[in-house]
Amino acid sequence: MTTRTSNMAAGFAFVAPALLIYLFYFMLPIPLSALYSLFKWDGISPMTNFRGLNNYIRLFGDSVFWISFFNNVKLVILSLVIQLPMGLLLGLLVSSRLRGLGAYKLLFFVPMTISAVAIGITWKFIYEPNFGLLNTLLIKIGLENLALGWLGEPGLAMGAVIATISWQYIPLYMVIFAAALSGIPRELTEAAYIDGASGLQTFLHVTLPLLRGSIRTASILSITGSLKYFALIFVMTEGGPNYASELMATYMYKQAFTTFRMGYGSAIAVIMFVLSFWVTILALRIGKQSEGLSGT
Amino acid sequence: MEPDFRRASLIRKGIIYLLATIWLIITIYPIIFLIQNSLKSNMDFFSGDPWDFPAVWMFENYTAVLEQDFFRYTANSFITVGVSLIILVLAGSLAAFGLSRIRFRFRNLLYLLFVGGLTIPIHITLIPVYNLTRIMGIYDSLGALIGPYVAFNLPVTVFILTSFMSELPRSLEEAAYMDGAKRLQVYWNIMLPISRPAVTAVIILDAVVLWNEFIFPLVLINSEKYRPLTLALWNFQGEFTAKIPLMMASLVLASLPLFLIYAIARERLIEGMVVGAVKG
Repeated sequence: MTTRTSNMAAGFAFVAPALLIYLFYFMLPIPLSALYSLFKWDGISPMTNFRGLNNYIRLFGDSVFWISFFNNVKLVILSLVIQLPMGLLLGLLVSSRLRGLGAYKLLFFVPMTISAVAIGITWKFIYEPNFGLLNTLLIKIGLENLALGWLGEPGLAMGAVIATISWQYIPLYMVIFAAALSGIPRELTEAAYIDGASGLQTFLHVTLPLLRGSIRTASILSITGSLKYFALIFVMTEGGPNYASELMATYMYKQAFTTFRMGYGSAIAVIMFVLSFWVTILALRIGKQSEGLSGT
Repeated sequence: MEPDFRRASLIRKGIIYLLATIWLIITIYPIIFLIQNSLKSNMDFFSGDPWDFPAVWMFENYTAVLEQDFFRYTANSFITVGVSLIILVLAGSLAAFGLSRIRFRFRNLLYLLFVGGLTIPIHITLIPVYNLTRIMGIYDSLGALIGPYVAFNLPVTVFILTSFMSELPRSLEEAAYMDGAKRLQVYWNIMLPISRPAVTAVIILDAVVLWNEFIFPLVLINSEKYRPLTLALWNFQGEFTAKIPLMMASLVLASLPLFLIYAIARERLIEGMVVGAVKG
């Protein structure tokens, strides 16, 4: 009995420093957001203007919120569809045991070490309509009519931003897949070759099924990660033009810190929390299910 | 048979190198473009072609940026990241020791509480953190950044350190306990030194994330003198709208520290970041 209580005390004593910081800055804000979201509040004057669920009712009728919501959905889907296959392709390339590809892998990873702010500003110069890298190249190779205002046109901005996000994050998936590929015994693929399977057949019937676990991991990562983008889009377009690349996170930021509608911003934050919680549970459940399948 | 086979594998090799080289250009050229244009004079840049090399190599651009209080911003980043890292490693490894080496009730619950933070987007805490920081009277100071920096990297730190420590054999500490050592001594003299590989991985991962952190400075810092590098870069955009080469030089300079760390740590940094991202 004494050892049990002393274990309890010791356990909590070791965890306490981390726990206190974590509870204060990370956990406490979640119920606080929910509380703020019930008020009309500018963040400075006393919080007295209780509005009940009014912020939420307005939010569901706010067309900009819906634009930002669907942009987030678009981002999740396009991240999955672009980053994972490209990551897998690069993973296969750098795992092919040819000379020099180890150095390629190290260079491919460089964008992952650069800050989103620096990447955002750099890509603004790449997309710049007049002196930008992309348009000057298009004009050089005779595609003048494709030289567009990439970040300035509502129809193009979101796509341009997603291309930049992919440029940064594809290497992460490359490394995940390369690690998984290095765990596949060479005899397996060689045996398939000897049995007369083509490269593509070997890939589809031997390699791909063995990668199921890392594909699952990468998908979960890509889905939950897509809800976290802020800095890159904020720096490149600030959500514009005309809300074309607005995300829930950028809209929340603007409401709270540009127009100082803290209550309304908090309502957006609460919706984001509920969504990310739900997506995580869903992803974990799908993960479990496919684990069960691969087990049989 | 034999030459045919060889030709096929030659073609295969050729395709692999071709694809890899195309992606290499896509990855690296934006960085070369930055460096190449950061060395042009303003005239040269606006009248010329971004694909050209500078007519005159303007290394002065870099000294001009360094004179823009660049050292102060760099120092701000170093201080906030450094202090946060020390707290993260100490608090994180203490917690990991408690969670992995002491059996007590609520242990799993506490672990889940930490790990649950991994998937929560940090932006949703922004408004309360801003408000709490104001209430504490530390808004617009370097100290305002430390708390959030530590809290939001604790989940991954605790996760990595706990999974490392829970795989160490019991026998390591038993002898020490027999000799009458206290738990804190076992933590400091035995577990922490043995966990060095995991601690290194955590430091690298957290350092990269924190060095590049942007949203907390954006919300919690107002004065120019407290800006860390990321926020300073963002503000340079306004100052340097007519001086693009200078803007580019500051981007290169701000990214340099992590490039250097990557050049030294290489595979280790990759591993650290992947572990941090995949987190089980």
